[in-house]
Amino acid sequence: MSEARPLARAAISPRARLTLQLQRRGAYWGLALLLLFNFLVTPHFVSWQTLNVNLTQVATIVIVAVGMTLVIATGGIDLSVGSLMAISGALAPIVFLSSFGATHPALGVALAFVAPVLVAGLFGLFNGWFITRFRVQPIVGTLVLFIAGRGIGQVMTNGNLQIFKNPAFQFIGLGRILGVPFQVILMLCLVAATAWMLRKTLFGRQILAAGGNEAAARLAGILTDRVKRRVYMISGLCAGVAGLIVVAINSSSDANLVGLGMELDAIAAVAVGGTLLTGGEATVIGTLVGALTIQLLRYTLLANGVPDAAALVVKAAVIAGAVWMQRRGRTL
Amino acid sequence: MATAEAAFPPLVLSMRGIDKNFAGARALDGASIEVADGEVMALVGQNGAGKSTLIKVLTGAYRRDAGEIVFLGKPAEFGSPHEAQRAGISTIYQEINLIPYRSAAENICLGHEPRRLGFIDWRRMNSIAAELLQRFSVEIDVRRPLMSFSTAIQQMVAIARAVSFKARLVIMDEPTSSLDDREVAVLFDVIRQLKRQGVAVIFVSHRLDELYAVCDRVTVMRDGRTVLTDRMSNVGKLPLVAAMLGRDLATVRKGATAFEGTARTTGRQLLRAEGLEIGRRVRGARVDVDAGEIVGLAGLLGSGRTEVARAVFGADPPDAGRIAIGGKEVRLASPADAIAHGLGFSSEDRKIEGIIPDMSVGENLTLALLPRLTRAGVVDEARQRAIVDRFIARLDIKTSGRDQKIRELSGGNQQKVLLARWLCMDPKLLILDEPTRGIDVGAKAEIQMLIKELADQGLGVLMISSELEEIVEGADRVFVLRDGRTVAEIPGAEISEGSIMGAMAHGREGAGPITEATSV
Repeated sequence: MSEARPLARAAISPRARLTLQLQRRGAYWGLALLLLFNFLVTPHFVSWQTLNVNLTQVATIVIVAVGMTLVIATGGIDLSVGSLMAISGALAPIVFLSSFGATHPALGVALAFVAPVLVAGLFGLFNGWFITRFRVQPIVGTLVLFIAGRGIGQVMTNGNLQIFKNPAFQFIGLGRILGVPFQVILMLCLVAATAWMLRKTLFGRQILAAGGNEAAARLAGILTDRVKRRVYMISGLCAGVAGLIVVAINSSSDANLVGLGMELDAIAAVAVGGTLLTGGEATVIGTLVGALTIQLLRYTLLANGVPDAAALVVKAAVIAGAVWMQRRGRTL
Repeated sequence: MATAEAAFPPLVLSMRGIDKNFAGARALDGASIEVADGEVMALVGQNGAGKSTLIKVLTGAYRRDAGEIVFLGKPAEFGSPHEAQRAGISTIYQEINLIPYRSAAENICLGHEPRRLGFIDWRRMNSIAAELLQRFSVEIDVRRPLMSFSTAIQQMVAIARAVSFKARLVIMDEPTSSLDDREVAVLFDVIRQLKRQGVAVIFVSHRLDELYAVCDRVTVMRDGRTVLTDRMSNVGKLPLVAAMLGRDLATVRKGATAFEGTARTTGRQLLRAEGLEIGRRVRGARVDVDAGEIVGLAGLLGSGRTEVARAVFGADPPDAGRIAIGGKEVRLASPADAIAHGLGFSSEDRKIEGIIPDMSVGENLTLALLPRLTRAGVVDEARQRAIVDRFIARLDIKTSGRDQKIRELSGGNQQKVLLARWLCMDPKLLILDEPTRGIDVGAKAEIQMLIKELADQGLGVLMISSELEEIVEGADRVFVLRDGRTVAEIPGAEISEGSIMGAMAHGREGAGPITEATSV
């Protein structure tokens, strides 16, 4: 009886194959349709400015979602990313506004890039340690820093809004290379590097193996706990980078607001992009496309006069649809 | 096959000719069981014999395809376990299905709480619960949450709950598997009290001594059929084991197999594990394997075979005991450590612990090898492909290609991929837990031949199997486990179904079983 099923699965009907295709490539089709719609309907759509606006807005979501993709590939989830962004965003101005930063401007800015990202990475590592050491569910394990992280950020700044003007630091959010916003380049590099890592390296295979069947992976000698700790650390590092970009754009850092709701945007991008929420299969390129789809959907609705509140409902519907399609794909 | 005599009390339950199919596979084939008033009936059988299916048919969790059930003199047709419970059949599962955070009293009275003016009468509920438990000489604070009590007490609470429903039949599915000796004694007292109160019990267990201690009669199932029903005192341990395993006593007595006792061992010891203790499942096991030798690890279900294998592989570090690999004592914290020492382990549960279903045949095959195919963290895909293709050809794995998802392969071919996962590592010692379970006859023979061939080339193999034939024909030496203890080491010349079953039944090998068998 138990032998019959895998054999039956081998024979996939044409309709099932279509559903599978839709499940994997749904975001690509969605993006293509949205682009087509905008070319035809939205005025002034085809412009350098539209492209830059959309890419700039989506960059931080994509950067966080890259880390989230890896976490979800192991079958976990990271709710703390928004709070880690707040910590990193609070720490950077503290560094370059300090007396050390004032006396050594170059060093201060360099440190303002490195230290907050490393701190966020360490907090991510804590997430991984907490989850693997005490076998708590990831959603609960990362809830700890989801709640505490924003508090830590506020304690660091005494709850004050930090306002600054530091062109060297703000290059990460406002700079351009050949007319392309720096953060967009950073995003594309990160996506490319992670996609390559997932496909070509031992670590990438181990992430997918740990998410696909943890017990089997462990028996095959994979140190699944170590793999998990590392993906949560990477997720923390990504959140740290995103936090820097947000405060650089705003010329200010408010630990109350930086990265608010980011965990949901990132998870939505991953889900719409076609990564299995149960782990074991992941696509970073898909995550990029998923984030672009959600972003463009929102832009399309706004550009055509639909209020933002209604746009949120449509966004939710798209996410629900993506998850529904995943479930269909799994039960085939 | 004696059934109840005329003098026996009236039947509480009678199930006859029960058939049940799952997607074409026959799980029950004319199975039957009868339990009399105040009787403790043992229900035994190997994995997949149909015990739990029979119980689930009785309690309405499954619908039967054919057969009749008579409970308390009336034809019974329960739509759900809940209905069966209201009719007087309570089931106590291995994992106690109560609510851990609620109090003991609430758990006992759940669903029929005493009420007063529409509200729960807590004081009465607590006194009802305390009284019920006292009947079994259990005195606890019934207001404490259930999870604060030991497993044994939780089990007593489950039984008290069953009794509170005025159960006429209580089914206990391996109730002793998580109890220590003292707790087992308490449970047996409770069962005897149930008997006195006229409650019948169906007792599922794999521990032979317990069956003889507490049961009146025994029903043995095999391959979905009821193969033996008799008074416990009429059936010796060896005939009981023989019935469970489906071996003919005539051949057992002759001890005849085709196996020739050529000791193949090279005398170079690869593995030695002794004094292993793991929880309550393993209490003093030992095993050793030489290079080029196939060592069989035999034992009934629940005897601790898999636990021993997992401990040796570092998957579940033992509580006590010593493990030496290649003559040097080692401490294995994880499978990765064992692999570094040249060990490989193929689990009995291919789906849950073996394959990574959504990954390709190639990725699954090289899962353990991958670190060795890696340079500066990057996988050498050309080498990976070459190795995968070589093993697909060598083991004749039927697949459309290395990129096919492994879940689409048949069971036998999945098993070959999992074997290849270890063979490509060039291991010194391979631990195979049920290497041929659930795969078709052709693939089975191929895998058995492969194992022999590898041992001839110097590989040490520790093979667990529920099939006596496989152990007898395959193994050069056999260790027999019984209730978590290694009770016999049988050298090649003495390996036979008789000697193995004797050790399973009595905890020793040799002439003992034969005299008992002849006395039947």
